[in-house]
Amino acid sequence: MADNIKMRAQLKNGVTEVKVLMSHPMETGRRKSDFGDTIPANFIQLVTVYLNQQVVMQAQWGTGISKNPYLTFYLAQAKQGDVIKLEWQDNHGKRGEGEVSVS
Amino acid sequence: MHRRQFLTWTGAFIALAALPIKAWSAVWNTPAFQSSKLDEAMHLLGVAKPMPSDKIVMTAPDKAENGAVVQVQVRSHLANTQSIAILVEKNPTALIAQFDFVSGVVPDVITRIKMAETSDVTAVIQADGQYFFSKKLVEVMENGCG
Repeated sequence: MADNIKMRAQLKNGVTEVKVLMSHPMETGRRKSDFGDTIPANFIQLVTVYLNQQVVMQAQWGTGISKNPYLTFYLAQAKQGDVIKLEWQDNHGKRGEGEVSVS
Repeated sequence: MHRRQFLTWTGAFIALAALPIKAWSAVWNTPAFQSSKLDEAMHLLGVAKPMPSDKIVMTAPDKAENGAVVQVQVRSHLANTQSIAILVEKNPTALIAQFDFVSGVVPDVITRIKMAETSDVTAVIQADGQYFFSKKLVEVMENGCG
């Protein structure tokens, strides 16, 4: 599942900047296909971030997050080599996850 | 350490470790995300008496060429910031995202959002149990909700 998330975590001046790019269509359920059918909603609802297996942040997303979601956040207490994991779950229960070590 | 004691401690540890994860295995706030009205969505998020604050720094473009991808950064300088919510008043559903900080996270997020038309983007911060907000108008050239 790791191939649907790209992550980078860099420690700079004591703060770790984490950048994440997820692959997901983020369909609102309001868009029509070329044939006039409504494309069903398909979007990430929950995002959980772990630092060394401890939950540090949890997000709820709606359909207003852009396709292939991009997220940057900052961790105050991460050290080099610490493992940051991000998990998402969409409205169909599909999950994805990615992991990165702080460099 | 005796076996029984060891087991008790291990059991207690596992129970403790599982607790926050259970508590967090959230519950997507369906009514808040389905609401088409800004005030209603905020109410459903539990936001009470939000006050304007200049300690919230929101960075978003004045003009967005393409409403499908509008990069927004929200940073809170309020002590004990617990959560950041991002809302777009004139979108079909106003609530875009809510971020809850558990520990060790700087309350500063950057993400890309969809905007149906020119609208205020509102950031609502919960800090020390109180609510604060800041908003910025983003002019949208081409709508991004399709």
